[in-house]
Amino acid sequence: MHYLVNIGLETHVQLKTRTKMFCGCLLSTETEPNTNVCPVCLGLPGALPRANKEAVKLVVMSGLMLGCEIARHAEFARKNYFYPDMSKNYQISQSGAPLCLGGGVEIHEGGVPSGAPKRIRLDHIHLEEDAAKINHYARHSGVDYNRCGTPLMEIVGMPDLASPDEAMEYLQRLREILVYAGVSDCNLEDGNMRSDVNVSLRPEGSDALGTKVEIKNMNTFKGIHAALEFEIARQTALLQAGGAVVQETRRWDGDLGETFSMRTKENAHDYRYFPEPDLLPVDLTEEQVEAWRALLPEAPEAKRERFQSQFGIPAYDAGVLAAQKPLADFFEATVAAGAPAKPAANWIMGDLLRLLGAASLDIADLRTVTPASLASLLKLVEAKTVNGPTAKELLEEIFEKGGDPDAIVKERGLAQVSDAGAVEAFARQAIDANPKPVAEFRAGKKASLQFLVGQVMKLSKGKANPKLAAEALAKLLAEG
Amino acid sequence: MSDSSLDVAHVCALAHFDLSPEEMARFQRELGPIVAYVNKLSELDLTGIEPTQYGQPVANVLREDVIEPSLDRETVLRNAPDASETEFRMPRIVE
Amino acid sequence: MAGIDISSLSVASAQDALRRGDFTSVELTQSVLDAIAAKDGAIGAYLTVDAEGALAGAAEADARRRAGEDRDLLGIPVAMKDIFNVKGQPCTCASRILEGYVAPFDATVVARLRAEGAIPCGRVNMDEFAMGASTEHSAFQVTRNPVAPDRVPGGSSGGSAAAVAGGIALASLGTDTGGSIRQPASFCGCVGLKPSYGRVSRYGVTAFASSLDQVGPIARDVEDAAILLQAIAGADPHDQTCLDRPVPDYRAALAGASLEGLRIGVPKEYFVEGTDPQVMALVRAAIEKAAAAGARVEEISLPHTEYAIAVYYIVATAEASANLARFDGVRYGRREVGPDGSLQSLYDLSRTHGFGPEVKRRILLGTWVLSSGYYDAYYNRALKVRTLVRRDFEAAFAKVDAILCPVAPTPAFKLDSTVNDPLQAYLCDAFTVPANLAGLCGVSIPCGRTADLGLPVGLQILCPPFEEPRLLRIARAMETLL
Repeated sequence: MHYLVNIGLETHVQLKTRTKMFCGCLLSTETEPNTNVCPVCLGLPGALPRANKEAVKLVVMSGLMLGCEIARHAEFARKNYFYPDMSKNYQISQSGAPLCLGGGVEIHEGGVPSGAPKRIRLDHIHLEEDAAKINHYARHSGVDYNRCGTPLMEIVGMPDLASPDEAMEYLQRLREILVYAGVSDCNLEDGNMRSDVNVSLRPEGSDALGTKVEIKNMNTFKGIHAALEFEIARQTALLQAGGAVVQETRRWDGDLGETFSMRTKENAHDYRYFPEPDLLPVDLTEEQVEAWRALLPEAPEAKRERFQSQFGIPAYDAGVLAAQKPLADFFEATVAAGAPAKPAANWIMGDLLRLLGAASLDIADLRTVTPASLASLLKLVEAKTVNGPTAKELLEEIFEKGGDPDAIVKERGLAQVSDAGAVEAFARQAIDANPKPVAEFRAGKKASLQFLVGQVMKLSKGKANPKLAAEALAKLLAEG
Repeated sequence: MSDSSLDVAHVCALAHFDLSPEEMARFQRELGPIVAYVNKLSELDLTGIEPTQYGQPVANVLREDVIEPSLDRETVLRNAPDASETEFRMPRIVE
Repeated sequence: MAGIDISSLSVASAQDALRRGDFTSVELTQSVLDAIAAKDGAIGAYLTVDAEGALAGAAEADARRRAGEDRDLLGIPVAMKDIFNVKGQPCTCASRILEGYVAPFDATVVARLRAEGAIPCGRVNMDEFAMGASTEHSAFQVTRNPVAPDRVPGGSSGGSAAAVAGGIALASLGTDTGGSIRQPASFCGCVGLKPSYGRVSRYGVTAFASSLDQVGPIARDVEDAAILLQAIAGADPHDQTCLDRPVPDYRAALAGASLEGLRIGVPKEYFVEGTDPQVMALVRAAIEKAAAAGARVEEISLPHTEYAIAVYYIVATAEASANLARFDGVRYGRREVGPDGSLQSLYDLSRTHGFGPEVKRRILLGTWVLSSGYYDAYYNRALKVRTLVRRDFEAAFAKVDAILCPVAPTPAFKLDSTVNDPLQAYLCDAFTVPANLAGLCGVSIPCGRTADLGLPVGLQILCPPFEEPRLLRIARAMETLL
């Protein structure tokens, strides 16, 4: 019996605001516990939440990037449960009326670039507050409320993913888009992007989803991939042995590489959601939404296509360049500065990335080589003012110390010699100085010509135009 | 009259009350007539009526993303029934 | 000169005397403290008196006056319901669960009173977490009605009303979720004003039902109520439900108050069986006086009045069940851990022994109406009926400028007479909860005393949201007639 997999992700993304969701406390990166908290964070009697407009804006921008319908009427709701990480013993979230509805993320079938395009549907996106951090010690547990109230956006995907690899591509695309939009850093190490995943198996041929198992709160893509693979194998074995999957929440243990039943009363929970009376509803006007739409950057997908059509560069190049906004911006700026598009793409993806890699430098932090200087270098190459090898050396030099290629070429007379007379002079010297190869050439050993060209380059200190050199040599040797 | 649909034991679990059987019975006895009374709302036909969940029909009151001072930690922890130098302390939570 | 007789001293006349220099704020405050010492034993209004802090505040107020400052509340001591956070003071809400809690911040209304130079002189008793109508649900002490010591002062702001009526406070602040300012004012013979929802900040005011709670004054007369409202009203960045509406000059609105040509509505649903005949008679008499003074009185109907109590006890308890979840023994207040030393036992025991029976009863009801399977049948249904109650008033106010009616179906009742029949107690809120459900402003002013026992009876005046100037003008005009 063969089984098909359905995976759905609920991804919590920390929004890039200055302050918390419902109070003016600084978004804490503080390691000293309980130093970014106030009466609201602590749920003191009489404390009231105050919704942060920036967080609403960032969620709406995300929704627009992901093709969601932006709700005209959104409400906050209280989700009731007792746990020390929620100071009020209810979490302010959104239930009946979230900010964004629908939408989707484009991936490839199988999670591989060669796969057919596939759209993973989103159910909705809502805004909520993060919980506090609980630390466990030998004899007691301690709570640090610094993180309590951090704005989170929960992106609820449909169970459209068919494999762990598709889940990976989904998360990478999602991350790419959100970082692009500037709504989050999606820093996995800092837990900026955490996912609850649910997995279910169904026999091939059946459309009805199987019993789903949820694995909660994972923050690394690798962990999610491994957990999914383990869970799919576990469920497959279970089903093939004629067993049944129990609906439950499991915990992923990365060290052991296994999921474990959490045995919590997850299903016994009765959250008693109801409208949050301390916060007024958010009724977004067309004008407001359009104003925020205007702030959106171009989506990577769209940029890929535009690069191909506008600059006539191959799909692969367009993909590589569009994948990182700084790289894409550098490329466009270079072309805008007059560089021919194809060479610009090649040089950026080739030599420039190599140099950046060697210096382990991010292109966003690159100050020496500018789009302008790269453009003028590429123009010199195009005009055959300098030859390839010289250009490479120049790029390396500019990468080191910066500077303007035109100036350097002038000042050092690096321009290649394309004057036929001058090249012929070098050719003659080469012939006179190397009777043996000359004889061999005349005897029919064509390869010897390359040696002589090399000699011409040497004599011209690399400045001779190699093509002219070969022509001049051939002519002179023919004359005999 | 008493209404059995309100199961005091179940609701106590949600509300974190640990009541004696006598107290349970008393609340069950007292809440019965109250539930029976509020059942009068079922007389009304409410089709097409929107709920009113807010004190006034107003929307879009939001805060600018501006940093305000937090409390100093000594003040934060002063009211704690039990605390370390840096954290609120409670019995060890077994997961 | 110490020993100022404050038993019937109003805020306005005290301020005049302070301005004239007849006495200082320190002397006035000392006289209040002396009166408390002398009389509160028999009343039981105050839970804590901050003599030191009050006198220090008075000295500061006197200094501000010498420095040329002049404000209506400068140097005036005000009693505070035990529900407000006052920095450095306890805030128990008359509950054991808040034992040991010391407020690290000022409620916005407290901060505004301080800015005006008023002095929070002590914390007065209330029903635990404002849940009740007799102040008998205080975990700490009985508060007696100064007019009839064998009777309740009403509630939940019973201490606030008793202190003013008992001559041990010039004025006080209370809160009103379903009548908790107006009803005790009626029982004790004071003026009690519930502002429109969204008129006064709730920040720092321990929440009972967030969509219904409002802070308001209990005072000796309408002018004092206007003076206190002036100080506390207006938008607050700390409370997004406190609306950004202009704050008119309420005291100025009282000038030349008249009923001439005013359209007064009398809702027939408020004059039904079960209301004490003496109460009915006194309220009717007041309405006749209004008519005689030139008001055009007409009978109106608020058809959904009979459902208001059911709506209120679903909505208020649902919100309360979440609002009171934070009292769990983890961050502040009472903590009790069971023998197994578990977090579960910490929650269960701290809450079970920290809350009194009335609070537990309401949390249980509120938890239930939100629980899965009952949300639509109870909570959501109640929200829709709330819409109908609101519409009743919108329709009524399209025809009339104000509504006159009783505050409560009875005068102050005997201590211990209702605590054993919660439903009976809830039904007594029938005339006050509709104003909270609809966000209206309302006031209770004395309209006479019962013939047999001389118990105070209040007249309730209701106006549309944010029409406090109209409300106060009418109240002032009626006050002069009664």
